[in-house]
Amino acid sequence: MSEQQKEVPFETALKKLEGVVQNLENGDLSLEEALKQYEEGVRMADLCQKRLSEAEKRVEVLIKTDAGKLKAVPFEENKEEGTGKKKKK
Amino acid sequence: MKTILLKSEAEHVDRQIFSVSDLTRNIRFLLEQNFSGVWLEGEISNFKLHTSGHMYFSMKDEEAQIQCVMFRRENSGLRFSIEEGMKVLCFGRVSVYPIRGQYQLYVERLEPKGIGELQIRFEQLKERLRKEGFFDEARKKPIPYLPERIGIVTSIDGAALHDILNILDRRFPTIPALIYPVQVQGAGAAGSIAKAIGDLNELRTCDVMIVGRGGGSLEDLWAFNEEILARAIFDSKIPVISAVGHEVDFLIADFVADLRAPTPSAAAELVVPLKEELETQVLDGKARAAQAILSIFEVEFQRVDELRKNLQSFVGTFFKFQKERFLTLVGKLEALGPLATLRRGFSVTLKLPDGKIVRDSSQVKAGDNLRTSLSKGYILSQVRHTG
Repeated sequence: MSEQQKEVPFETALKKLEGVVQNLENGDLSLEEALKQYEEGVRMADLCQKRLSEAEKRVEVLIKTDAGKLKAVPFEENKEEGTGKKKKK
Repeated sequence: MKTILLKSEAEHVDRQIFSVSDLTRNIRFLLEQNFSGVWLEGEISNFKLHTSGHMYFSMKDEEAQIQCVMFRRENSGLRFSIEEGMKVLCFGRVSVYPIRGQYQLYVERLEPKGIGELQIRFEQLKERLRKEGFFDEARKKPIPYLPERIGIVTSIDGAALHDILNILDRRFPTIPALIYPVQVQGAGAAGSIAKAIGDLNELRTCDVMIVGRGGGSLEDLWAFNEEILARAIFDSKIPVISAVGHEVDFLIADFVADLRAPTPSAAAELVVPLKEELETQVLDGKARAAQAILSIFEVEFQRVDELRKNLQSFVGTFFKFQKERFLTLVGKLEALGPLATLRRGFSVTLKLPDGKIVRDSSQVKAGDNLRTSLSKGYILSQVRHTG
């Protein structure tokens, strides 16, 4: 289920939410259909909110390992006074 | 005069006779002496690139032309291709090609006249790639609305990276980013950037990438005009935003990229929406949906309410009607009741003169007059004694 949800891109979810709002506001729906739409809208809104509230910022930098492979490691901007240091680990 | 001259020539005993080769050698010597390092300005015509790699062409103006040759050794350094009618400056020596008896300019350097060499090269590559469909809008990939992860292909210590990270942080502090450090100028820069784009496509952990650097001279930015980079951008399955710091001129990379940003900062602005705006948008949508569903419910409730009222008043009317009918019936029953009883043999005795029903013998005494109703008719009688 959550796997499936993950696959709904943010934009799609937001568009669906907007579509639901429009349909509901037009008000030509049967009560049943309206409820169904509303539930879908809430689901989409929750998806969006979940994505928006996701995780800490992760800035990584690719480095070459001795084996010549690329590896992503956390990136810290060192000559930085503000934003760089703010990132929590 | 003329005849005299001829005569004197003919009479010249000590005639100097050249072989063709000798004369040619002499002419060649003369030419090379006097025209060993000349700049020649003109227009290219009859250009031919021989399979040997040598170039043959004429330089001409309105009134004359000179045969030219530029050997492979010299022309391999050319960074643009020569075209018919192109105005150029050639540097070289004039000499003779003995086999044909032809004097020609042996070109050592060749420069475009008017516009710079890099510019020419740029225009030529641009034209070629355009023909190959590299710039077609139809094949450009859409930039994700909210990227999962942003690839950043630029120099690790450039201002561009700093700017991009700053803006990303401001607009969407939690957006993940992956930096691919590359060399952005000098020989090999284009190849380094092209490889990074290819590698990010293989890793597939980003769904959009910014490829760029800060501003610089045309030479500094040249990597972004190289074909190898253009091809890498063209072949990328991941949308590419070009972000080279220059406001005026477009680079080839800008034309090929799915989206062109005028600076690295601008690319960062374009690649992520403002987080707060999105949050507001989502919350707003949610609230509006709730409001809408509520008013839909309200309308439904009202309808149900009205129906109930209607039903109640209907039921009310119905009961009223039924009640009346019931009462009528009861009345009728009451009226009919005693008669039915009498018919079964019972009688009702009333005490006269007040007509009270006699239920108990103590109600009467001897001498009272009674009226007894029967099923049919009545009997008047007098009480003799009670018990």
